[in-house]
Order: sequence, then structure tokens, then C-alpha cells
Amino acid sequence: MQKPTIDVAYIARLAKLELTPEETERFTADLNQVLEHVTQLSAWDVEGIEPMYHPLPTDDATRADIPGESLSNEAALANAPASEDGQFRVPKVVESAH
Amino acid sequence: MHFGTISHWRRQLCTGALSPAELVQELADTIKQHNPALNAYISWDTEAALAEAAQADLSKPLGGIPLAIKDNICLQNQPTRCASRILENFISPYDATAISRLRAMGAIPFGRTNMDEFAMGSTGENSAFGATANPVNPAHVPGGSSSGSAAAVAGGLAIAALGSDTGGSIRQPASHCGIVGVKPTYGRVSRYGLVAYASSLDQIGPLTQNVEDAALILNAICGHDAKDSTSTRKDVPDFMAGLGQSIKGCRIGLPREYSSEGNAPAVKAALQRSIRALTDLGAEITEISLPHTEAVVSAYYIIACAEASSNLSRFDGIRYGYRAQGTNGLDDLYSKTRETGFGPEVKRRIILGTYVLSSGYYDAYYARAQKVRSLVARDFSEAFKQVDLIIGPTAPTPAPLLHDKTMTPLQVYLADIYTVPANLAGLPGISLPCPQESGLPVGIQLLAPPFAEVNMLRVASALEQQFSAR
Repeated sequence: MQKPTIDVAYIARLAKLELTPEETERFTADLNQVLEHVTQLSAWDVEGIEPMYHPLPTDDATRADIPGESLSNEAALANAPASEDGQFRVPKVVESAH
Repeated sequence: MHFGTISHWRRQLCTGALSPAELVQELADTIKQHNPALNAYISWDTEAALAEAAQADLSKPLGGIPLAIKDNICLQNQPTRCASRILENFISPYDATAISRLRAMGAIPFGRTNMDEFAMGSTGENSAFGATANPVNPAHVPGGSSSGSAAAVAGGLAIAALGSDTGGSIRQPASHCGIVGVKPTYGRVSRYGLVAYASSLDQIGPLTQNVEDAALILNAICGHDAKDSTSTRKDVPDFMAGLGQSIKGCRIGLPREYSSEGNAPAVKAALQRSIRALTDLGAEITEISLPHTEAVVSAYYIIACAEASSNLSRFDGIRYGYRAQGTNGLDDLYSKTRETGFGPEVKRRIILGTYVLSSGYYDAYYARAQKVRSLVARDFSEAFKQVDLIIGPTAPTPAPLLHDKTMTPLQVYLADIYTVPANLAGLPGISLPCPQESGLPVGIQLLAPPFAEVNMLRVASALEQQFSAR
């Protein structure tokens, strides 16, 4: 694999992080060094190896679909920075096209 | 320096030498006096704990025992902030399952311990509430991410504590502070109410003054929970069952790859001393190989950061926590909230995780890391055909100095080499202090096959006894 370079400003936009120019510069240096190290993974032969998304076989986790106790509307909203009429309040979502 | 073990205080409580409320008050006074020097706790609610102490049921195994709780484990009506600014106002509306189980066994959750923000770090310095000092030598870090839990127990500010371990976050600070830390098998303890960092790696576990206390806490917190789909239905054994038993004939593997030149002299010496002690106890030491050891840190950081980038997308300033002011529209609100709410290490890992999952890079990084993870797990299943347990260092060095700016993030990540394999493969592990004549503490790690905690604790307690007899 060729030497990797990360476009931190682009990735930060994907991750909804608004970085300062100093952060962008610092993370670029830090993460390019990390990526250069992790490319060593390409040295290992993984032909025919299954990816391991979970450490152990998971048990059958399904259950009967019976409504149980859950947080009250009031408790669920108690930590919200803004709420109104039993709902989370957010800025206007529909924006003009640009 | 220690505050007294669970069994010590249980005897005091059960003989009526003091009441649960008096114990809580004594602990609260100690915290008030000594916490400013350590910064092990970021909040504690003495009134709430005293109210619970008044109702304590001493007939329960942990009746009347206050336990410190890492700040990422939900505690009803208490701040649960993950040492992050983005959760600065968050009050948990419910208890994590591990907490309801502790309460059911009579314990009193008391105090939120400092940590690396969202459990991302291995020094305790990535906290929005300031760094924690190592109680053995305050110029050094306590390790992390369960920095406050380890410092509180080692510094006499807690009887025992809960932490969480995603890549060593219980075992490594236990090693650096000279106490016992256990990461159970993945699935043993419900993750319901543990704020998720990397869901396929996270596990809750105890940090304690000795092996017996760890077993007592495991007895309380393990077991199936319908609220966590990854929680195992396997029977919960009595984790005390092996304590004090002979370990004669026990086969213990020493991985060639764990005797690296990079290990500090004190770590090499501790490993040698532990091997001698185990041999004296009648265990058989065999050299084994874990050929993919060199790849574990790379696989771990790709997988953990990928999962984190997804898990932490929920912190957007809408439903809970901090919201940036003066923003222009929803997208701007998300970006500014996350920019000001998260600390640098969290941002770094979110960016790395987003990158390895992004279009064009997924196969090269994420998919490949998950395949290498299979190879790492296979190394262990092969090794456990020959041996019952694996011994090695918990960390390559004792605790580094606080505010050491010379280390790059990569250098810090590479020090996780001995702890991340257990998380990748889902294995249980324990770090046990190996007594030092002088200097900083050094821990020794035992790793066991999945669900073999009883045998792991048996050997750990035998080793602990052998060490204290010297």
C-alpha cells in the first residue's frame, strides 16, 4: 500500500466537527503517523479469513415483543438543552437551497 | 494508604463496630480532605449515599459497602459525564444494569471517578475535569482510562471501584497504581447503561485492593441481561470458588512476543519474579507464541475508532448535554457543539474512525483489521490448547510522568500492546501488583480462555499470597 495521507478537513466535515486550523494541522501530522503504522496490517495474509465483527458468538437475543416500562416523556426530555410541548426543540431544519 | 478491603468493612459493619452511615461519612470526610491532591473524583453526593446507607441491608453480600463508579457508568439521578464537556449537564435518568445489580447486593454506589474523556486514553490526562495524580507518586499519571477509579482505590479514597475496559482501561491503571483490576469475558457483564465507546470491545469490571474483593464484585455484577443483546446466557459461577486453592500442575504459557526488548527493566524483573513464584507453587511454565502480537495495536485502533465514530455521533446537542449557542441552522449546531464539547483526543479518534470507514478506505483498513482480529483470536485459541492461562506484563513500562509532551499519539497507542489482545479476542484478563522494593508499581497480567475467570482468579490469588508471604 502506498504511503497514506489523510484529508483531515474533509473527514472532519463528514464527522460534523468544525476544527480550528491549528487542530487540522496537528491532527493531520498525528494521524498520518498513525496511518503509516497501521498500513503494516497489509503485511499479514488474510486470504480466506473471515472478519470478526464480534469477539464471541452471540446468543439468540430475540424476545417476545411485549411493551415494557420505559423512560417517561418528562424524564427523556429532562436533559435536553431545549424542549417544548413534550418534544426536543431544534433550529429550523428546512433551509433554503444553497 | 488503603482504605480497608470489602471483607474488612463487612466484618466491621456486621459486628456493629460502625454503621453503614458512619462508614459513608468516614469515606466522605477522607475524600473531601484528600481528593484535591489526587483529583480522583469529579463528583460525589454524600447526602444521597447517606440516605441509602440508612436503608442498607447487611444480610446481603455487599451490604453497606460504598463503591466508587467510573463517570461513564449511568447512576440514576447523578451526573454521568464521561469526563466530557459535552455531557457537563447530564444527569442520568436510570441506573446501568451493573449498578442495579450492585444495589441488589446491598452496595452503595458513591462518587463518580475521573477518567480519560469517553474512556479514550491511557494516562487520565484527557479529562475535561483535569488530570488525576498517581497516589504512589503524584508526579506520575495513574494510567487510564479508569484513572480516577484506580487512584481512588490505591490512594485510600475508595474501598473498591467499577471501571470499564475497552483496550486495557481497567488493567493498565490498576498496574500503574499497584492494585488489582479485572476485565471479565466479553458478555459477562451487561453493557446497558455503560456509555458506549467501542461496543464490541467494552466491558465493565472491578478495580480492588485484592483478588478476593474483585471476585466479590464479579459475583454481583455478572449475568445475563435482556437489555444488552451481547450479554451471555452462560451460567454465572461463584467467582470465589478457586480462591486459596492449589495451582499445582496448572499450565501457564509465556508468550515469546511478550518478552520484548522494549519492556522496562522493572517490568522484566517483575515478570521473572512472577514466573519463579508460580514455579514454586507447582505451576508448569511453557513458552508459547502469539504470532500476530505485532498487529494487535493497529487492528485495535482501527476497530475501536471506527466504532467510536459511530457511537459518538449521538452527541449532537439535541437530546442531552451541551449545545453550542449562536449557531446558524442544524448542521452548524451539530458541528459547533461537537467542536466545543469534545476534547482533542476524542476528536482525533472520531476522525481516524470516520476515515477508516469512509468510501475507498473501508476494505483497506476496517475490513482488514477485522480479519486480523480473527487471526489474533486464533492465536489465543491455539495457545489455550496447550496451556490453561497466559502470563505477561500488563504494560511495557511503569507509569509515565504527568504532562509528558514528548510522546506522539502513536507512541502512546503502542504501549497498549499487552492489553488490547484480550479485548479483540473477548478474553478475561487480570492485572495483579507485583511487589516492588522501591519505585513505581508494576502489574503482571494473566489472560484466560473465555469464561475461565474462576481459574484465572485461582492462580491470581495464589500468586498474591505467594507475593505477600515474602
